[in-house]
Amino acid sequence: MLTLTRRYRFSAVHVLARSDWTDAMNRETYGKCANPAGHGHNYAIEVSLRGAVEPESGMLAPLEEIDRAVQARVLDRVHHRHLNRDLPEFERVVPTAENIARFVWRALVDALPKGALHRVRVVETPKNSAAYCGEPEDR
Amino acid sequence: MLELTRKMDFSASHRLWRGDWSEERNRSVYGSAAGERVFGHNYSLEVTLAGELDPETGMLIDLSELKQIIEREVGERFDHRNLNEDTPFFRDRAPTAENLASSIFDLLDAALPGELLKRVRLAPTEDLWVEVSR
Repeated sequence: MLTLTRRYRFSAVHVLARSDWTDAMNRETYGKCANPAGHGHNYAIEVSLRGAVEPESGMLAPLEEIDRAVQARVLDRVHHRHLNRDLPEFERVVPTAENIARFVWRALVDALPKGALHRVRVVETPKNSAAYCGEPEDR
Repeated sequence: MLELTRKMDFSASHRLWRGDWSEERNRSVYGSAAGERVFGHNYSLEVTLAGELDPETGMLIDLSELKQIIEREVGERFDHRNLNEDTPFFRDRAPTAENLASSIFDLLDAALPGELLKRVRLAPTEDLWVEVSR
């Protein structure tokens, strides 16, 4: 059993706030990340696939296919965007690193062979990261 | 149970090309990495052992012994070599990161006592890595 991980980078703006909460509640829960003006990060996402090596090619999965899926389904949608305003997925979901990891998982799981996606890790800053391995409903 | 990881770096060249395949098939499988031309990587390798501590020494393994084993099994075989031409491992299979990591796991597993080897992590670039576990 082998795991292959590929790292991608993007930059985006987000605000950690719920529209159905008051500013005070958002400020109390999310601290300075709740600033309505928004703030940005240089994100890294690590996409891990697990499986057996295909003996003919010696590869777990064709890298360029993974790159294309991540580019079209994730990077093209998030790079240099305001996650809260530009993505319907974050209209009612706060774009925390945890929720971005789940968003990336859901964007990729159907584009890859069934059962191949193993983990998505979102690195928001060198000190913060979140990983999602897929709940049963997301597999 | 405790884990210990040792890192080493080596540089090697390879080409992703199967001589028994057509050019079209090589290109469709290996994409832009396919070709008769050789290219190189600075590989970064992390070797992780897992086991019980020796109560007398407080060590999982003598680090200098581990360093020697990694140097002998990996460094001497692969560092500054052409993986296709200078090693016997990739005569009939391509030296992809997956195949190289699997070969390194098998070589180290055979050289280390018992089932001490837990995982190897091989990174051909900063943004790509492969892990092989027991």
